[in-house]
Amino acid sequence: MSDYRSTVGQRLPLIDSMEKVSGQGTYIEDMSFPDMLYARMVRSSESHAVVEQVDFAAAAEIEGYVAGLAPGEAGTGIHFGVLPISEDETPLPAPKALHSGCIVAAVAAESERAAREAALRVEVRYSVLDPVVRPRDALRETDHPLHPTTVAGTNLHKAVDQEFGDVDGAFAEAATVASGEFRFDGINHGFTEPIGCIAVPEANGRMSLYSATQVPHYLHRALAKVLEMPMHRIRVFKPLVGGGFGGKSDPFPHEMVAALLARKTGRPVKIIFDRDEVFLNHHGRHPTEYRIRVAADGDGRLLGLDSHSRIDGGAWGSFGVVTTYYNGVLSQGPYRIPAFRYSGRRVYTNKPASGAMRGHGAVNARFALETCLDEVAEQLRLDPFDLRAQNALPPNTTTLNHLRITSTGFLECLQQVRERSGWERKFRQLPHGRGIGLGCGFYISGSALPIHRTRTPQSTVHVKIDVDGGVTIHSMAADIGQGSDTMLAQCVAEAMGVSMDRCRVFARDTDTAPLDLGSYSSRVTFMAGNAALRAGEAIRRKLHKACARLTGLRADDFLRGANETYVHRDDDSVRVPYADALREALADNGALIAKGIYRAPKLGGSFKGSGAGLSPSYSYQAFVAEVEVDEETGQVRVDKVWAAHDCGKALNRLAVEGQIEGSVHMGLGQALSEQLVFLNNGQLQNGSLLDYKIPAPPDTPEIEAIVVESNDPEGPLGAKECGEGALAPIIPAVANAIHDAVGVRMHEVPMTPERVFKALEKKRRAEEKLRAGS
Amino acid sequence: MSTSRRILRLRVNGQPREVLARDADTLLDVLREQLGLTGSKRGCDLGTCGCCTVQIDGEPQLACLTLAAEVGEREVTTVEALRDGEEFAPLQQAWAAAGASQCGFCTPGFLMTTDWLLREKPDCNREQMREALAGNLCRCTGYVKILDAVERCTRSQGACPSEK
Repeated sequence: MSDYRSTVGQRLPLIDSMEKVSGQGTYIEDMSFPDMLYARMVRSSESHAVVEQVDFAAAAEIEGYVAGLAPGEAGTGIHFGVLPISEDETPLPAPKALHSGCIVAAVAAESERAAREAALRVEVRYSVLDPVVRPRDALRETDHPLHPTTVAGTNLHKAVDQEFGDVDGAFAEAATVASGEFRFDGINHGFTEPIGCIAVPEANGRMSLYSATQVPHYLHRALAKVLEMPMHRIRVFKPLVGGGFGGKSDPFPHEMVAALLARKTGRPVKIIFDRDEVFLNHHGRHPTEYRIRVAADGDGRLLGLDSHSRIDGGAWGSFGVVTTYYNGVLSQGPYRIPAFRYSGRRVYTNKPASGAMRGHGAVNARFALETCLDEVAEQLRLDPFDLRAQNALPPNTTTLNHLRITSTGFLECLQQVRERSGWERKFRQLPHGRGIGLGCGFYISGSALPIHRTRTPQSTVHVKIDVDGGVTIHSMAADIGQGSDTMLAQCVAEAMGVSMDRCRVFARDTDTAPLDLGSYSSRVTFMAGNAALRAGEAIRRKLHKACARLTGLRADDFLRGANETYVHRDDDSVRVPYADALREALADNGALIAKGIYRAPKLGGSFKGSGAGLSPSYSYQAFVAEVEVDEETGQVRVDKVWAAHDCGKALNRLAVEGQIEGSVHMGLGQALSEQLVFLNNGQLQNGSLLDYKIPAPPDTPEIEAIVVESNDPEGPLGAKECGEGALAPIIPAVANAIHDAVGVRMHEVPMTPERVFKALEKKRRAEEKLRAGS
Repeated sequence: MSTSRRILRLRVNGQPREVLARDADTLLDVLREQLGLTGSKRGCDLGTCGCCTVQIDGEPQLACLTLAAEVGEREVTTVEALRDGEEFAPLQQAWAAAGASQCGFCTPGFLMTTDWLLREKPDCNREQMREALAGNLCRCTGYVKILDAVERCTRSQGACPSEK
């Protein structure tokens, strides 16, 4: 038998952590090139306007000014976007500026300061149009829709209508119905590293773009379109990325502008955004209005779900079509729902675009559903845990909308947090002002349906081994801090039975990496991890053949053994060290090279929109929050969070816990303090980390991350996602805890002191009225 | 642009350094752009994120809000100096082992504040750590593993960096 020692489930530091703690790690702002120019963006002062003219005359007087880029110049009007169904962004307005602060022109200069100075002197003449700011106004007919592709002369971008089962019948026979109208402010990813890129026009006529991106492949495609160059003439390079969370998962106008300016000047061009520009670029979570009704029978069995979302897309499409679907379809888990109706409307408005953000599309809808479930439990005098457990989707089933459910650890998540939080002795028993609440979740492990309908695998990983015995791994999965490079190294080392120290991961460069769709939709561990395992296994098969040649025994009879040896299945005295097997394998052969691929299985139904929400597997969560509410001020303090997440299998326990803790932190920000505030004309009012309040260390409670393992049959070594699903449940957990503490239901997020106070006032007034009447 | 420049003599990581700086240049500008010390990060340039935290005479300071011209004779220490040749400081090792860096962009700033904290309060508890690190934002970790790393370096748990 093999005595191979696996790293699976250990607490492994990220393979690039010493780079990061030393200060040597190279992010985009740390890079420079000889003869490099610096570019600054000229940003629109208007929320909605035709750009009539851009004049660089005054800017050109600044010492060091080199070039300007204005609308109308080659490439600036070519449409691109992450989804082929809504490619509605252009590098510069063509011809309209669609939100205050959008890029309308750019200047390049010898120094960052000169570029900054010159950009201020660029004169832009606008022909101003009425801005569309409120989503409800965007549904009206207009003479000036933001995009020519909108629906029926309005600013409607995407409409989704789905219905399964007898919804009206379900509500008619329900013993209880909980409903609500919810409102969510927009929120920003808040990654610490501002966005930036450097375009380098190569002497051989190629273009290189170094960029802080989560999606090198989609950026590669967009550049090819805008530059009108074949993809093989373009190289995308991803340095270390200082956080993404979805905010670096679109190809962006400034990346196109850098490349166009580099082509125009023949010199490298660097763009680094100021923090306020990061907020203007945005593509964060959609401001959302959500209406929901949940029907249950007298025993608490769910009968039906009816919901409607109106989501504010801002100026561009981005991932918005997906968001519109996800706001409905991802509410089909983790509960069995026999009748389901959803309608979603995404509108364009003259504000910075919304897009994908951690927990994409599922977060706001989840809040509404989990709040209503708490209400159902209250009405039926059931424990919120019991209500959820009795409605849990069983493993190996299919939802109404054809989501294929395989592994689920949902019940164990519930059980874990119920016990660890001391729920039985706290719920409805804590002193007034203190409360405890439950929120649950369900999320995709990668989208099964690729954005571009091709037969190309979603992930390919290359492995190469040469005489030094080092294992070189090429991939285009984008490590943005979540640790995907470490995961790739672990999967390959695991499959080969060698030490991770041998592994060198090059997941940075489209010139050398095989195709991978990048870091979004929580797809990387499941998809690139499977591809990495298969690549490692292919290499090991070659090494086993070498073992067979060296021993005269059958290749198939060798297994991974301890200390980097291959050991015979029936006789463990027959051992071939990795180094010997490799030497034999390389003889007459040269480097060992192998690839592994992953393609999601064909899933889903044939109805319109059936591809949305399909995933090879799903993660599950149950979170409990304990809070204190100050009734004088409305201030909510979260004292402790218990967060159980089913990640299939924790390949690296340290990394899984880190993802859960980070998700909870980000969710707490949305729950209590983060909100984008706009003026009536659509201008963003709080684009700074002073006014947009991300929880700091004193604002963040202890978070107990509880790893639940359901061992997914198709996940790499049983793993599934842990990076996104863990965000949504904390927000309703806090809201339900507030209700337990002071008896108010919060319908607006973030639950700021002002809003909590108002809810308390409303409750007091209602109680007084009741007293006066009786 | 008619911005005057002057020669500044600074002490950075134990070395005398001479730079030609504009009056408006911040310490962060000079460290990153003139001295090639890019470990200190520019997350906001407004003193709101803490990614640029360095030490001046041993005290944590925001390099983005400090004018280079006002540093004078004082000793500037950046993240690059935590490591002694090939030897990483116990704090750096603890940071990696505890999983306190994810994207790593906030790490240098956190390390510089923490290095000071552990010198000031080698027995600090988690509440005191939270207070001391209030000026540093991390968007990846939820601070749990950051506090774990700091805890590993308190006097009761192991090597205190100030004793290196």
